[in-house]
Amino acid sequence: MTLSDWLRDPNPASRLQSRMAQSYLSWLRFKRNPLAMVGLFITLALVAMAIFAPLLAPYDPITQTLSQRLQPPLTQGHWMGTDDFGRDIWSRILYGSRITLYIVLLVILTAPVAGLIIGTVAGYFGGWVDQVLMRITDIFLAFPKLILALALVAVLGPGMVNAVLAIALTSWPPYARVARAETLTVRKSDYIAAVKLQGAGPLRVIWGHIMPMCLPSVIIRVTLDMAGVILTAAGLGFLGLGVQPPQPEWGLMISAGRKFLFEQWWVATMPGLAIFVVSLGFNLLGDGLRDVLDPRSAGK
Amino acid sequence: MTLLSVRNLRVTFDTETGPVQAVRGVSFDLGRERLGIVGESGSGKTMTGRSVLRLIRPPGRIEADAMTFDGIDIANASEARMRGLRGTRMAMVMQDPKYSLNPVMKIGAQLMEGLRQRDHAGRAEAHAKAVAALEAVQIRDPDRVMQAYPHELSGGMGQRVMMAMMLIPGPDLLIADEPTSALDVTVQAEVLSILDRLVRDRGMGLIFISHDLRLVARFCDRVLVMYKGRVVEEIAARDLLRARHPYTQGLLNCLPRIGGSRGPLPGLDRDADWAR
Amino acid sequence: MADTDLTHEGASLTRFARAVGKTAVTLLITFVGLLAVTFFISRVVPTDPVLSILGERATQAQIDQTRRELGLDRPLFTQFGIYVWDALHGDLGTSIRTKKPVLEEIGRYFPATLELSTLATIIGMLIGIPAGILAATKPGSVLDQVVRLVGLMGYSMPVFWLGLMGLLIFYGQLGWVGGPGRLDAAFDMMMQFQLISYSGMILVDTALNGRWDMFANAVSHIILPAALLGYLSMAYISRMTRSFMMNELGQEYITTARVKGMSESRVVWVHALKNVMVPLITVVALSYSFLLEGAVLTETIFAWPGLGRYITDALLVADMPAVLGGTIVVGAVYIGINMFSDLLYRLADPRAT
Repeated sequence: MTLSDWLRDPNPASRLQSRMAQSYLSWLRFKRNPLAMVGLFITLALVAMAIFAPLLAPYDPITQTLSQRLQPPLTQGHWMGTDDFGRDIWSRILYGSRITLYIVLLVILTAPVAGLIIGTVAGYFGGWVDQVLMRITDIFLAFPKLILALALVAVLGPGMVNAVLAIALTSWPPYARVARAETLTVRKSDYIAAVKLQGAGPLRVIWGHIMPMCLPSVIIRVTLDMAGVILTAAGLGFLGLGVQPPQPEWGLMISAGRKFLFEQWWVATMPGLAIFVVSLGFNLLGDGLRDVLDPRSAGK
Repeated sequence: MTLLSVRNLRVTFDTETGPVQAVRGVSFDLGRERLGIVGESGSGKTMTGRSVLRLIRPPGRIEADAMTFDGIDIANASEARMRGLRGTRMAMVMQDPKYSLNPVMKIGAQLMEGLRQRDHAGRAEAHAKAVAALEAVQIRDPDRVMQAYPHELSGGMGQRVMMAMMLIPGPDLLIADEPTSALDVTVQAEVLSILDRLVRDRGMGLIFISHDLRLVARFCDRVLVMYKGRVVEEIAARDLLRARHPYTQGLLNCLPRIGGSRGPLPGLDRDADWAR
Repeated sequence: MADTDLTHEGASLTRFARAVGKTAVTLLITFVGLLAVTFFISRVVPTDPVLSILGERATQAQIDQTRRELGLDRPLFTQFGIYVWDALHGDLGTSIRTKKPVLEEIGRYFPATLELSTLATIIGMLIGIPAGILAATKPGSVLDQVVRLVGLMGYSMPVFWLGLMGLLIFYGQLGWVGGPGRLDAAFDMMMQFQLISYSGMILVDTALNGRWDMFANAVSHIILPAALLGYLSMAYISRMTRSFMMNELGQEYITTARVKGMSESRVVWVHALKNVMVPLITVVALSYSFLLEGAVLTETIFAWPGLGRYITDALLVADMPAVLGGTIVVGAVYIGINMFSDLLYRLADPRAT
């Protein structure tokens, strides 16, 4: 039996086969959506760019070559032009993708996890634990994210770690909300009662049984949020609150290019295009994933 | 005199995984009588009802060799023509008034809408007719109901309002799509008796769609049994117990009888042949 | 027959009072929460606030005295209490840079942001709502794809970059609009001396004063940032409208309306729209608050003298009271708008209690 037949077998013989079959079918559905495939392609391209930056970049992103300053695009050797320190913009964008990816990964690993934990605990225990945790969540939800991140970074000082911390601190509430909603639905199920009757403590119930049920919703939210994280990080960079020069962070590059906007437009335009394309890619991917994973919202 | 004539009705849905046929060649005639259409979920009975009113939207397609209503070709009529027929001569009552009534409009506004928009009646005249319609379905405080919102009504009242709304213009054909399936058993009887009286007094043709075979047998003159998009049996209601098709017999056997044997109820063995 | 099952909804007045009361309490709690966060942030500041006020050559006695004045020698809890009390009375501290009360300064800058955000939201609504509705009525069509894609692009663009591109193209290259700032320099001077200020919003004030030359100039300056922010607002509003509409059009009551013979346009623009109105209010309010946030970034680019500019300028000179004061104001407005839309939702939907 070929792999394809094995995956399409209507009577799977094992849990592994059944799970893989589900994923395969979801993948087929996903493939049918051209925009979602574009999003996937862009995301993969970003990862590839970040990993292979040293190989792909023709120049070092930090070294200044003042004789080459402010060259327009399509100059020989610099297809995106150079900035006011003579640095090749394309190389800087390539290395900047590492920073972007790094920030996104760090935020994804912290905010949803924190939100998931808080949400499931609140939903599972109920009572005053739930009330307190949800009040805190609501308070954080009610804040303007960028402003709060700004104030936080202003106080803690600029830098990538602080920027990530600030973004993560303002991003976790929606995940807590989603996780709590799912937990409340699942909490009363018979199979949870069965596990509890077998002697499982709260930790095991939450970790082993409730959290896996929340995962699909959380994953969908993550993909939809990633673009927002990139934009917020770029915003902080633009204000000089993120990664510091001479690091090639895209938002920072735009800010540096402002001075030359009208004559040497490429310095500010190129990094912005990069942010736009990557953000669009994540959004398309997120939309596509949501259509596949959450049938209720398909077609929306 | 034939009110409605349907020949070889087919309803197809163009889905991502290919075309799905919900109705596969259904034919029947309807005079000023009561026709019941019975089947499980997925048998195509609801789709049949909606096809008559041409309410199916893309990705669904309606095709038929012929579909005539009182001499009018409704299979090929324009949308404008259909709109003219719907509401005035053809009407439909749906299953759950919680969903089939607009939740943010008052009952009175919904009742009067047809009269005022379609028939250009004045406000006072429309109001009077709406109140009369509510009284005809035995709602005792019509003025209060006119001012209420749908979620404030019980299921039984909601269905009565629905019937009132549909019958105001005096249609010739009424399609009732599971009209009592969302109601408690006690309320079902009340609503059905009102429906019974109205249909009889106005001499309408009725298509009664349901999954409840016994109910349909009591209420209707003739019964169509549908399975997977096809009609497998067409029989007069009084002859139901002598049904010949194994599917119908199977459905009958599934129903427990008071005073019958106390052994386990037989399940329904489906034969793939029936779907042919 | 069972007529008695017509439920009573209770007097409208009590429902109204209850909804307002609940909202006010939540608003207060959330605002205090906001203050707690900013208080916490202000205490984490690495630089000693006293030294930044007095300078590095202050004597110990001066330091101690200022400490006592600022209440920094009291226990933390008391400090927070004073902080909240002051905030509720409109005292958000004193700017280190200008030595003036923060709230007073913010009062001068806020109308500019308000004007820009309001205009942008209006543009967003006027285009976004009809676009979303039309897209929902023809799913999968070319129009639908275009609306979705245009909206998605708006979601993915960094607002400050969009602003720069707009300036580059429409001001730098094409010269169609006025440049940064709210007015040309000449008019700016005139405004201070010749205009009676009613609201602080230039479009309103110039119109009320009958100075149409200044009005036209103000329009040429505001049109670009408002259009760009309006685009972002439109992206969000059209996306949500489309989603809501598609949901409604699949409901049974839509079929009922069609069965009654209602025209398709009535079905969409009366029946479905009525159901979508209420969640849309929330969406518009939310988009307004997004714009307030985005103001922080766009005002720098357009040299727009609004709250965002105030905060970012204060940031550059580490004027923490000003930054935090600005944060509190934006936060309070944000919270206020959300609560207000929540309240509207509860009052407008006949099904909500």
